[in-house]
Amino acid sequence: MKNRIVHLLKGHSADYIEARFEKSFVTRLTYRGGRLEGVARTASVGGNIRALVNGGWGFVSFNCFDKLREGAELAVQEARLAGREKVQLDRQEPVVETVTEEARKKAADVPLLQKKQVLDEYNDIILRRADVVSSRIDYHDIVHRTVFANSDGTYIEQEKPSLALRLTAVARKGGEVQQAGVSLGSRGDFSAVEGLHDEAERVAKRAVALLSAPVVKGGEYTVVLDPVLAGVFTHEAFGHLSEADFVYQNEKLAEIMTMGRRFGGKQLNIVDDATLPGLRGSYKYDDEGVPAARNYLIREGVLVGRLHSRETAARMNERPSGNARAINHRYPPIVRMSNTFIEQGEATLEEMFGGIKEGVYLKDWYGGMTSLEMFTFSAGEAYMIRQGKVEELLRPVVLSGNVFATLGNIEAIGNDLEMNQGGGCGKGGQFPLPVSDGSPHIRIARCVVGGK
Amino acid sequence: MKNLLSCAGAVAEAAEAWRVSSRSTSVSFEANRLKQVQTSDASSVALRIFHKGKIGFAVASGSDDVARLVEMAAETAEFGLPVKFDFPMLGGYAQVNTFDPAVYRMKLEELVAMGNYLVDKIRKHTPGILCDVQVSRGLSSFVLASLRGGEARYEKSSFSIGVEGMLINGTDMLFVGEGEGSCRMPDGIDALADRVIKQLELARKQASVSTGILPVIFTPTGVANVLLEPLLMAFSGKLVHDGTSPLEGRLGEKVFAENLSVWDDATLDYCLASSPFDDEGVPTGKLPLIQAGVVANFYYDLQTAAQAGVQSTGSGRRGGGTPPAPSLSSIVIKEGKASFAEMVRDMQEGLVVEQLIGAGQGNTLGGDFGGNVLLGYKVENGKITGRVKDTMLSGNVYEALRQVVSGREARWVGGTVFTPPLYCPAISVAASPQVDAAKEGGKS
Repeated sequence: MKNRIVHLLKGHSADYIEARFEKSFVTRLTYRGGRLEGVARTASVGGNIRALVNGGWGFVSFNCFDKLREGAELAVQEARLAGREKVQLDRQEPVVETVTEEARKKAADVPLLQKKQVLDEYNDIILRRADVVSSRIDYHDIVHRTVFANSDGTYIEQEKPSLALRLTAVARKGGEVQQAGVSLGSRGDFSAVEGLHDEAERVAKRAVALLSAPVVKGGEYTVVLDPVLAGVFTHEAFGHLSEADFVYQNEKLAEIMTMGRRFGGKQLNIVDDATLPGLRGSYKYDDEGVPAARNYLIREGVLVGRLHSRETAARMNERPSGNARAINHRYPPIVRMSNTFIEQGEATLEEMFGGIKEGVYLKDWYGGMTSLEMFTFSAGEAYMIRQGKVEELLRPVVLSGNVFATLGNIEAIGNDLEMNQGGGCGKGGQFPLPVSDGSPHIRIARCVVGGK
Repeated sequence: MKNLLSCAGAVAEAAEAWRVSSRSTSVSFEANRLKQVQTSDASSVALRIFHKGKIGFAVASGSDDVARLVEMAAETAEFGLPVKFDFPMLGGYAQVNTFDPAVYRMKLEELVAMGNYLVDKIRKHTPGILCDVQVSRGLSSFVLASLRGGEARYEKSSFSIGVEGMLINGTDMLFVGEGEGSCRMPDGIDALADRVIKQLELARKQASVSTGILPVIFTPTGVANVLLEPLLMAFSGKLVHDGTSPLEGRLGEKVFAENLSVWDDATLDYCLASSPFDDEGVPTGKLPLIQAGVVANFYYDLQTAAQAGVQSTGSGRRGGGTPPAPSLSSIVIKEGKASFAEMVRDMQEGLVVEQLIGAGQGNTLGGDFGGNVLLGYKVENGKITGRVKDTMLSGNVYEALRQVVSGREARWVGGTVFTPPLYCPAISVAASPQVDAAKEGGKS
């Protein structure tokens, strides 16, 4: 393999050329309507070649390997068509390495029957509760191996296993349907999805409780976010804005995102770190072969860094961050987050809720989205706060705000940082990319909550 | 495929194979300039077998290892649902046109020229805008074969073009955008550019709306972006059979406004979602979902139909790596009599919505919709007065569409939805007072 790929990259009139070959194996178990609907397996192999000529990129993907030379030539031709100006990539020392992955209990080695047994137990717990009409369980594990080489002499073989589980309970009374769910993930370690019986119980209970829960009155509130939702907030409200591919060709956005600009209070620190051991968004090298790093985005409330590919780092004359990632061989790497979180603060939960006359406590997530300036995210679980006390359960709510105002409105950061590994991130048609995000509990003033 | 089926036939009672091969090329513009040209070749084979009375399923892409694929499918069959249907006899389908060779004769340079033309036209109107454009064309072939049912195939060409424009002033950001797609080349891209320019015109000023219950017009883009998913999910035969659809047991009941009629149609010529048969070999058709406000039909694939004791509606569609499931093709919403201008004139204070951020995030299964207005305008005394932002919309289709007026200017959105604007008289809107601050520093 190594000789073949290295030889393939030689002799082209391109400023830079790279190839990524991959092999993956996916196992899915899907429960619908309260029972295992089926197991599906997918085996795939594929690859791509990407070339840079005068700042233009050519990209060719395939899953047939018998015309690689032609593929490389096509990528160079395409790049030439797109090229307009001389662009250097950020300089990187060539790396030659094989990265393997150790999991406590590799999901790929766990027999199908055992996977089914674990999920059956959760399914039974969910279905046992009165008014729960159905369950939905989506489980998949992926064994993913890539070989990457480029014209700088880098050659990296990497294993990137991943696993994700979502448990959903659906409750219904008449025409009223409510659902509650929980998402988890790991780097292919099956033990992450074992022992979730209490979680399954809580999900079922909440779905039923939502049937009789009131809808919040829409308007501005002081809100407290739990670590899961605050993580989604961090990802949506700030993470995407710090992706340099939005900024490097956009002078006005670059002005907004000037290093040193204040975004929040002194207690606010936001980090993206792909080097944290064992998290779903972690890796040793990104999909351009750049080593992963711990990158501070906001330190003491001030913008200090952003996420880069080799191209954006060079064009903005900043330090590379190792954040170019591709979801699979059919896509070129683009600037993405890895594990993004707000660092631990000092507030206790008592301090967090204390003094809130009327507010909303929001937990768990349905999803989130950003337009860079504005963000929305939805909470799977919400409660009214009155006089500092968490009171009645509310229907799921959607929250929204202006990034620049909202980060400044963070009033308190808790001392209970947790990382969440469920879900995936979508950008430029590439979804779901394994990421994780996290935060301690945070309190934000003046958040717009949609409702009646 | 023959080899695969006969290999599968050695271990299984029945077998079906579905092969998709595609080649696509796209040119991408970033910040008004051509940035990347991309070609993708892909093929995959999905094998579904009946093995000891149960269904097994596996997919291989880029691998010719037939024996391994059969082995994988047999492995999964142990955990599969019991077989309740037969693979249909393939053939005898009505003609549905999905292929235009002109799409593939187009040179790469022509795709680039179209992108440049679009960017230039929009920039001529608003010089400070940064446009990202993607122009793509593709060619796919679909082959379905089963051990006893024979073989059927069709080819599909596709062309799509989309633009997103971004205009920044201080920290205020305006996003505009439109896209379209078809199996054929468009007559021209001026109409697309003009729609984006119209958005820029309407968004030139900023305005803020009151918090409360307001009338809202969803433009065709708004209908597709905000209302369709929470509305149509509940018609999935699968959810109905699982007991999780709010419409279960309500066939024939009038749930929506009388002037709302919606159907699914996979037989429309040269539409991206059209095909002569679905991904399981069942003939496609035109399927009414809502007829004059009445729940008319649910949509089914073979498996779900068999479980529910009904016929497949030709709605079995496949995603990558998963077995067929009920899914919709092109959605058509019937036009009404009111013009867009009349709808606007009817409002004292209201909103026109094109795009929401976070649409489809909440309890869509229960019919909820909502999000923050990404692109929308305020209506004041019968006139559009400017762009609205930092404003949340939330509602539920079962309330909002009980009273709805459909307009007469229907058009295609993204090549898969044909809809007029829809006017909802009462939607909950929460506006942030922060809008005022943005307005001061904003543009006018």
